Parts: sequence; C-alpha cells; structure tokens
Amino acid sequence: MSDQDHRSPPASPIVPPGNIAGQAMALVVAIMSFLACLTVGGVSLVGQSAATWQSQISREATVQIRPARDFDIETALAEAQAIAADYEGVRSARIIGREETLGLLEPWLGSGLGLDELPVPRLVVITIDETAPPDFAAMRAAITEAVPNATLDDHRAWVGRLVAMARTTTLAGLAVLALVMAALVMTVVFATRGALAGNHEVIEVLHFVGARAGFIARQFERRFLVIGLQGAAAGGAAAVAVFLVTGFWASRNLTSAENEQLSAFFGDFSMGAIAYVGVALVVVLVGALTMVTTRVTVLRVLYEIDEKRADPSL
Amino acid sequence: MLAQAQKAIRERCGLIRFDNVGLRYGLEPEVLSDVSFHIPAQSFQFLTGPSGAGKTSLLRLLFMSLRPTRGQITLFGKDVLSLDRREMPMLRRRIGVVFQDFRLLSHMTIFENVALPLRVRGKEVASYRRDVSELLDWVGLGDKLNALPPVLSGGEKQRVAIARALIDQPEILLADEPTGNVDPPMARRLLRLFIELNRSGTAVVIATHDLGLMEQVDARRMILSNGHLDVFG
Repeated sequence: MSDQDHRSPPASPIVPPGNIAGQAMALVVAIMSFLACLTVGGVSLVGQSAATWQSQISREATVQIRPARDFDIETALAEAQAIAADYEGVRSARIIGREETLGLLEPWLGSGLGLDELPVPRLVVITIDETAPPDFAAMRAAITEAVPNATLDDHRAWVGRLVAMARTTTLAGLAVLALVMAALVMTVVFATRGALAGNHEVIEVLHFVGARAGFIARQFERRFLVIGLQGAAAGGAAAVAVFLVTGFWASRNLTSAENEQLSAFFGDFSMGAIAYVGVALVVVLVGALTMVTTRVTVLRVLYEIDEKRADPSL
Repeated sequence: MLAQAQKAIRERCGLIRFDNVGLRYGLEPEVLSDVSFHIPAQSFQFLTGPSGAGKTSLLRLLFMSLRPTRGQITLFGKDVLSLDRREMPMLRRRIGVVFQDFRLLSHMTIFENVALPLRVRGKEVASYRRDVSELLDWVGLGDKLNALPPVLSGGEKQRVAIARALIDQPEILLADEPTGNVDPPMARRLLRLFIELNRSGTAVVIATHDLGLMEQVDARRMILSNGHLDVFG
C-alpha cells in the first residue's frame, strides 16, 4: 500500500447517515429491547422460584390429625410419627408441638389461645429423601388404618399446580416476547421504508451505475445493524441495571414483613445467570432481526421499483 | 460458435435496437410512437427535438429506467422485455449515463462520486485510485478530488457526472442536455471531450436542443417530433 493510501480518509458511506432518523429508531429499539429483557428476566425469576418451591415442597410431606371427642391426639401423633419414621426414604418425622402450632395460628387467631378449646388439627412433618422417596400409598394406608382421623398430604397437588403456573407464566412471557419482537420488526420495516424514501436519489444513482439489489441492500443493512445493536445494547444495559438495583434493594429490605412475603415467593430477587444470558441473546437477536428485516424490506422495495418500471404512469 | 453468433447479432442490431417502440403514461396519448432505430458501435449521434418531444423518455428507455408499452428493444443482443431483472445491473454497467441534473451524491467527494461505479463492482480503492485521478485531470478537475458537489459550479458538476459515466469505459454513453448548464466555451470543451471519447471507441448519444452544438459536429441526427422519430445521416 502506498503512502497516499495511508493518508486517504475512509470512504464515505454510500447511504448518508443524516438521512435516517437513526436516534429515534435507536430509542424505539432500546425501549423494545428493554421490555423484552425485562420479560426474559421475569420469566427466569418465576422459573427459578417455581423450581425452588417445587424442590422445597417435594422434600416434605405432612400428616394432619383432626381432633375428635374422647380422642387422645398426642398418642395418635406419636403413633403416626412412628409409622412414618419406619418407612425407607423418610429422613425424619417431627411432631409440630403445641407451642409451635399456636405460633403458626397466631397471625390469624391472635395470642392467648387454648388449643384444647378449639378443634385445631395437629401436624407431623415428614422430611423425605428426594432421591429415593417412600411409598406414599403404603404409608397413607398404614397411617389411616392406625389413626382413622389422620390424612397424609404428600403435596403433589401443590407441586402440580406450581409446575402448571410456572409453565403458564413462561408461555405468557414468551408470548409477550414474541409480541415485542413483532412490534420491533414492524418498526424496522417502517423505518427502512422511510429511509429508502429519503434516499430515493441514492438508490436511483446506484441503480443506473449497475449496482445489484444485494449491494444496495447491504448499504442499508449495515446502517440499521449498527442502529439496532446500539438500541438493543442500551435496552439490555438498562434491564441489567434494573435487575441489579432490584436485587440490591431487596437484599437491603428483606427484614420487613411485606418483603418477607415477597421473598417467600420470589427468593431474594437476584437474577440467575440464565437471565443475563437471556439479555445477551435478546441483544444479539434484536441486532440480527434488524439486519434481516432491513434486507428483506430493501429487496422488496427494489422489486417494487422494478415493477413500477413496467408501468410508467406509476 | 456462440461468440461468433453474438458478434453477428451485434453487427446486425448495433449496440441498441428499437423496433416499433411505443410508450404511454397511463391512459394518456403515446409519448413515443412507432420509434425504430439502431445505434451502431462506436457511432456518434445527437437526439434532438422540441421540449416535451419525449427525449428524456427515450433516454430512460435506453438505460432501462422505463419499459416500453409496446414494441421491442434489444440491448447488446438481448430483448429487454424478456430480460430477468437480475441481469439488468450487468447490462447497465455497459452504459454510461449523464443526467441533465447531474445526480451527484452530495455527501460524497468528487473522487468518491466518480469512483462509485467501480465501488459497486466491488473493486478496491487502491486498484482504481490512479484511474479516477487521471480521469478527473482529463476533465480539468484534478485539483478538486476532495471537494463536495455543492461547492462546484454547474460546469464542474457536469464534468464530474461525465467522468462518473466514463470511469468504467462503457460501450455507449447517453448524455441528457450535457451542455444545458454551461456557458458556450465550456459547452465546446465538453463536446471535444465527447468526440475524443468517441474516437477511443465509445458510442455516444447526446440529447440536446442546442443547434449551435450540433452544427459543430458532422454526426447522425435523431429528431423527435410529436412522439415520432426521424433519423438523418
């Protein structure tokens, strides 16, 4: 390469940057990407929490014994505990004592209650080896045979509902994501058509100097890829900032009663690695989508220009 | 064999051949009616006629910016009406066009405007830098390589447009009123440039209504009047 080549400035872009409302489009793409990333984060949070709930619930089963007239509930509790503890796959069986039962009821019924005055059921909590769970059917039969007032709840109904809820939430999140992406595609289509209209002279010149449709499409594609990536990166960064701030805020405020309830549902609000991977994927996807949409739109518009050629009155 | 057949067709048809070509815009009367002519290789001709006679429409048909309503146009041995749209860029590359309004890209330098046809062909700057500079020297703009079109005079813009049309050595040059925006001395200079180009082997079609310009050269005259074409010479 000669010295002159070293000195020469880079070639001007064929599509002038000023002709495209790039900043406005980057802003729209940023907002769309932000919403998409929040959706990905929300879905990931629910999925993560549902997995935790499912694991916690399936680690335990509960024997509930209802009181009855002339019924020695303490003996029945001990009997049920002994039967449960004998089964393989049971790590421990613990009777919820009187004081602990009162503590559980206190938020609803207040303090100073006498358990003997109310027909309050009592519980035996069974901790299960998740890898080798016991035969619940046999255990249920044995317990109800020995203690007719007892019922064994292995939480399967809850687990089933949680799994269904998590799946529904994930599907809803994916639907929102699809809608956001569809809106993005439409935005890019309109922006590209606007840009083409604003660059009609450039396209015409390129046409008559013998540029192929693919070459013309590439000029617009590059411009819009940069705009798309800038917008997507800004939206993704804003979403990551929201994840971090929410996580930090939750970790500082978990002591209040409201936040304890929230944390029971959503953990400590910290996003897992999958949420951050999701944000990165959204950025890449938005960039690729912008590029492909631009290419298809430009080729379509060039085809329309060629079709108009067939009817000079258009 | 194929090359010989193609050569025979080109010799018979010339570079461009029109047979009974008609053009109308929508339901309006025909702008061009039963236009028939051919442009031989290395020929020089003026296309003339009163304003509104259809010169620009005829030029647009010549560089495939319009399709005829009827008739047949053969470009470099190929029927334009049955041409695949993907083939058009390759044919357009064999035609240089100079527009009356120049059509220079105002955000690009003079050098970049002239080099545009080579850039769209995928050539590297290093491979054409010398050619573009020499051509701009030839049209008298060697000292304005990095100027932008808005700062140039009408004559200078015209010369840039001509240089852009010539940079890839087209087989035919179409020029629409190339002297319409320049003073007489500049018009004579541009005409000398076209004659020199024609001597080097390029067929030239100049659309003009400047009688003074036409009188300076003994060339074929294609005269359009009320949509009909008469060819003299």
